[in-house]
Amino acid sequence: MKERTFRQDHLLGIEHLSVDDIETILETAEAFIEVSSREVKKVPALKGKTVVNLFFENSTRTRSSFEIAAKRLSADLINFNSSVSSLKKGETLKDTVLTLEAMNPHIIVIRHSASGSPHYLTTFARSSIVNAGDGFHEHPTQALLDALTIQQRLRTLRNLKIAIVGDILHSRVALSNILLHQKLGNEIALVGPPSLVPAEFAKLGATVYYDIRRGVRNADVVMMLRVQAERGARNYFPSIREYRNLFAINRDIFSLASKRAILMHPGPINRDVEIETSMADSDRSVILQQVTNGIAVRMAVLYLLKGEIHETLN
Amino acid sequence: MKLLIKGGRLVDPAAGIDRVMDILVENGKVRDVAAAIKKAANCPVLDAKGLVVAPGFIDMHVHLREPGQENKESIASGARAAVHGGFTSVACMANTDPVNDNRSVTEYIIARARQVGLVNIFPVAAVSRGLQGENLVEMADLVEGGAVAFSDDGCCVMKADLIRKALEYARMLGVPIIEHPEDHSISAEGQVNEGFISYKYGLRGILKAAEEVIVARDLILQERIQSRLHLTHISTAGSVGLIRNARRAKTPVSCDVTPHHLLLNEERVQNYDPVYKVKPPLRTEADRLELIRGLQDGTIDCIASDHAPHTRDDKDKEFEYAPFGVIGMETSFPVVHDRLVRTKLLTLNRLVELFATHPARVLGLKDRGRVKPGYPADLTLLDLKKRFKIEESDLRSKANNCPFLGWEGQGAVAYTIVSGKIVYSYKNR
Repeated sequence: MKERTFRQDHLLGIEHLSVDDIETILETAEAFIEVSSREVKKVPALKGKTVVNLFFENSTRTRSSFEIAAKRLSADLINFNSSVSSLKKGETLKDTVLTLEAMNPHIIVIRHSASGSPHYLTTFARSSIVNAGDGFHEHPTQALLDALTIQQRLRTLRNLKIAIVGDILHSRVALSNILLHQKLGNEIALVGPPSLVPAEFAKLGATVYYDIRRGVRNADVVMMLRVQAERGARNYFPSIREYRNLFAINRDIFSLASKRAILMHPGPINRDVEIETSMADSDRSVILQQVTNGIAVRMAVLYLLKGEIHETLN
Repeated sequence: MKLLIKGGRLVDPAAGIDRVMDILVENGKVRDVAAAIKKAANCPVLDAKGLVVAPGFIDMHVHLREPGQENKESIASGARAAVHGGFTSVACMANTDPVNDNRSVTEYIIARARQVGLVNIFPVAAVSRGLQGENLVEMADLVEGGAVAFSDDGCCVMKADLIRKALEYARMLGVPIIEHPEDHSISAEGQVNEGFISYKYGLRGILKAAEEVIVARDLILQERIQSRLHLTHISTAGSVGLIRNARRAKTPVSCDVTPHHLLLNEERVQNYDPVYKVKPPLRTEADRLELIRGLQDGTIDCIASDHAPHTRDDKDKEFEYAPFGVIGMETSFPVVHDRLVRTKLLTLNRLVELFATHPARVLGLKDRGRVKPGYPADLTLLDLKKRFKIEESDLRSKANNCPFLGWEGQGAVAYTIVSGKIVYSYKNR
């Protein structure tokens, strides 16, 4: 395994990572994939370390993915359930975190609906902070697991066209992916209605398309985003029906992408809304592989932040 | 009670004066202004040699939080902050609890201000009852009670019909309507200026258009009504352009800008520090530069702080959950002087117009904003050589939500004199 060169105290976003950092995380994750294929899926890399899952938004896949990742590294894990917590009693985020920190955890994994909350924690917390999704801002481990999946399927992370389709404006998955592929020098196509894809995203090195056919043409990766009905209620688009007609992926449109193209979705998917159901289940869909890779990537992140260098993976 | 202010450089744009003058004060009023006034027996002398003497500064947009939110600020703490910042008069906004939409609240504020002394406090009453944007307050009664202007500040008067009627009715009373221009249907849940930065940092945006459509709407109404319309804390190049054009067309309008919109831009929000969360939001660098041009060419009349105190806990939060606003009375002069006058973007004469002459005119304070025999002796004395560093421990406000902490520069308030009484002196801080 490559010498660890990761020098970050926290994982707040792709914004703060160098290409070297990204490659280090992905290489480490690849090594951890082997661990997950063993009969006994456990290494002692984080033995004696405590990880707190601090989730203020409903999440099943990300929370359990971090939980499994921490446990496979032999860390102790606490799930902080915000619905039964003191937050309901009016406690502030700062007091909640200071209280948890009095129990000396090593890593706090936070998901929060307010953008920048993980950054706020770093202004007073002593633990390493991992962003598991903050508002409309970033979801760095999702972009990293997406990158790992792309690398496995396409055997490269360079010279690719990545099309991202949907509610770019409110998607932390989109932003983290845009920042990651911008750093790697890939072509980025963003597709959706102007109300959900502001033209200013071009400044992040992306090209904006309002026609899904043009956006998807020759793409190596087609990444669909979940559509939230609530956006329709707020008039970002007139109806789910019209959205589906304009921006859903189906076989016809997917055939415009490159021959080796893969179809991704961060989940949970809305069948027959943004994604035609047979496409979701096709051999081009890597949606479940993304979920599997999430564990390896999160193991890598936790390990690189707090693992002991001398403890090898064997 | 006499005081002779000797040897200071009097800068009084209203009188066209910028030269060394002595000022004799008696019984709270200016008695004489002359090149050399002989010291009478028993008359205390304030040696103002090397200092600038200006008509007392007026901050026409502050929130003193009393009644109702005395944990954020009070009339007493706000008054101490005002004189520390060189202000001899402040106009306080109506979004207290209860709202200043009736004479008893206005009279309460005036009575509290009298008890505190220190500074002149001019209440601004709400335009609409309860700031609800539906029904006009009893304007004539409020004016009689001491309100100098009307504003739903914090909220915009969203119904065009209501602002029309407010402007028409206020014309009868000769008082200004101060509009907080913000189309709430556009700004909605917005947190920061909408654009590249808001998208990149995942924060809900407030389009510049949220401000500009109201500026345009009010100017169109005002073109016919010809009342007294003042647009507060304008923040965009588009607003400056609209107001500039309206002025050319002789539509009566005035406006102010805050020091934070003049000196900070939207890039400050990248670390999610809620101290930079203000309404209107910090805008782009191009907007900031156009606001400065607006000061230079006379489109913008006044600098006002929009002093908006919040408790430390209020601001120690997730960015999205923190309230809007910064404090400003204590830092307005030093930061504006250091960054805009010392850099020669503005003249000192213009600064005094923006801080004293024009706010007095906009608020209709007939015997203030200039140094003239018979007028109240409200004076702000400045030491332009004095170095400053803005430290939290120096603030008199109860709040510390100041975006200029740590800023250093040159030029400080030396003395604040209200009705002939020295209410602040930098010698005995």
